[in-house]
Amino acid sequence: MALTRKTRRMYFIGLGLLGLFGGAALMLSAFQDNLVFFRSPSEIAANRPSPTQRLRIGGLVEVGSIAKTGENVTFSVTDNEHVLKVSYKGILPDLFKEGQGVVAEGTMGADGVFAAREVLAKHDENYMPREVADALKKSGHWQEGGAPAKE
Amino acid sequence: MHKYANPTEFMRIANAVLPWAAGVTVICFMVGLPLALIASPADYQQGEAYRIMYIHVPSAWMGLMVYSIMAGGSAGFLIWRHPIAHLVARASAPLGAIFTALCLVTGMLWGQPMWGTFWVWDARLTSMLMLFFLYLGYLALGEAFEDPERGDKAAAVLALVGTVNLPIIHFSVEWWNTLHQPSIFTMKGMTISADMIWPLFAMVFAFMGYYVCILVLRLRSEILNAKIRNARSARAAQPMSATTTAATQGAP
Repeated sequence: MALTRKTRRMYFIGLGLLGLFGGAALMLSAFQDNLVFFRSPSEIAANRPSPTQRLRIGGLVEVGSIAKTGENVTFSVTDNEHVLKVSYKGILPDLFKEGQGVVAEGTMGADGVFAAREVLAKHDENYMPREVADALKKSGHWQEGGAPAKE
Repeated sequence: MHKYANPTEFMRIANAVLPWAAGVTVICFMVGLPLALIASPADYQQGEAYRIMYIHVPSAWMGLMVYSIMAGGSAGFLIWRHPIAHLVARASAPLGAIFTALCLVTGMLWGQPMWGTFWVWDARLTSMLMLFFLYLGYLALGEAFEDPERGDKAAAVLALVGTVNLPIIHFSVEWWNTLHQPSIFTMKGMTISADMIWPLFAMVFAFMGYYVCILVLRLRSEILNAKIRNARSARAAQPMSATTTAATQGAP
C-alpha cells in the first residue's frame, strides 16, 4: 500500500527529529569538557592547569578557612576530597559564606594557590525559612552545602 | 481532531474555556501574589530577595511549556496542514518570548545580589537565552517570505528543530556543573519548604491561566482577521458580478 502524503510527512519529520536529537546528543557529549562551568578541586589536583590558563574552580567554602586582611581574602574550596586555597582581592557577594557553594575565576598560581579575579556565590536548591534551618541544625540533620541530608 | 479544524467550531469551545481560564487566573493571582510576596516566610539565606523566584520559576516553566505547545502546533501544521494548530503556534510565539524574557530579566535581577553577577555563560543561562532567540527567530522567519505560506512552513520547521533545546535547558543543571542551582524537584522529593511551595504552585497556575486567556483572545482576533480578509476579497469581486446580474436582469 502506498503511503499517504500525511504519513510520509510524519515519518519524514519523525526521522528528521530523531537524527537531530541524536546528533545533538553526540555533539554535547563530545564537548562535555567545555560545557562545564567550573572544575572541582579534585580535577585540579589530578590535572594541574598552567599558570597562564584562565579557568573557573568551584566547590564549598571550607568551614573556618576564611581569613580577611583589609580587602584581601583567602579561603579554601573543598569538594570533600581535595582542598584548594584561593586568594582574592575585592568585594564578596552576599551569599559567600562558610560551607556554601562558590565559583571563582582566575589562574592557578605556581605556589598552588588559586588567584581569583572574580568570586561568585553559588546558591543551592534549598529554600526554607530561618526557623526550619535552625531546627535542622539543632536536631543534627544539617549538612553544609546541601541543607537536609542529601544523597 | 479534524472537527476542530473548523474555526467556528474551535472558537465555540475556546470561548467556552475563556471565562474559566480568566477565573483561574484571577483567583490564583489573588491567592498567590499576597502569599508569595508577603505571607510566605523569608529564606534562611537569601532573605526577602528569594521572592523573585515566584515570578522567575513560573515564567521559566511557561517559556518551556509554551515552546512545547508551539512545536506541537507546528508539527500539526506540517503533517496534517491543520490550520488551527498553526494559528495556536503562531499566537503562542510572542507569549512564550515574553515569558522567557521575564525569566531572564528576573534571573538577572536575582543573580546580581545573590551570585555577585547579572550574567554568566553557564549551560542553563545560555540555553535559556537560546530559547528566547528561537522564539524571536520563529516570529521573524514567519514574516520573512513574500509568500506567507512559505514563511509559515519555514517557521514551523524552525520550531521543530528548536525542540532539541528543551531537554538541554531542563537537564543542563544535572549534566554539567553550572552556576545556576539545580531543580527543587529531586528524586528524593522537593528541596523547598511546604509554606514556600504552595504560593509557587498558585503562581504557576496563575501564569498558565493567563496564557490560556491571552491565547484565546489572540486566536479570536486572528480568526476574525481571516474572516475580514475573506469578506474584503469577496466584496472586491462583487461589484462586477452585481453589474452583470443587473444587466442580465434588465435585459428582457
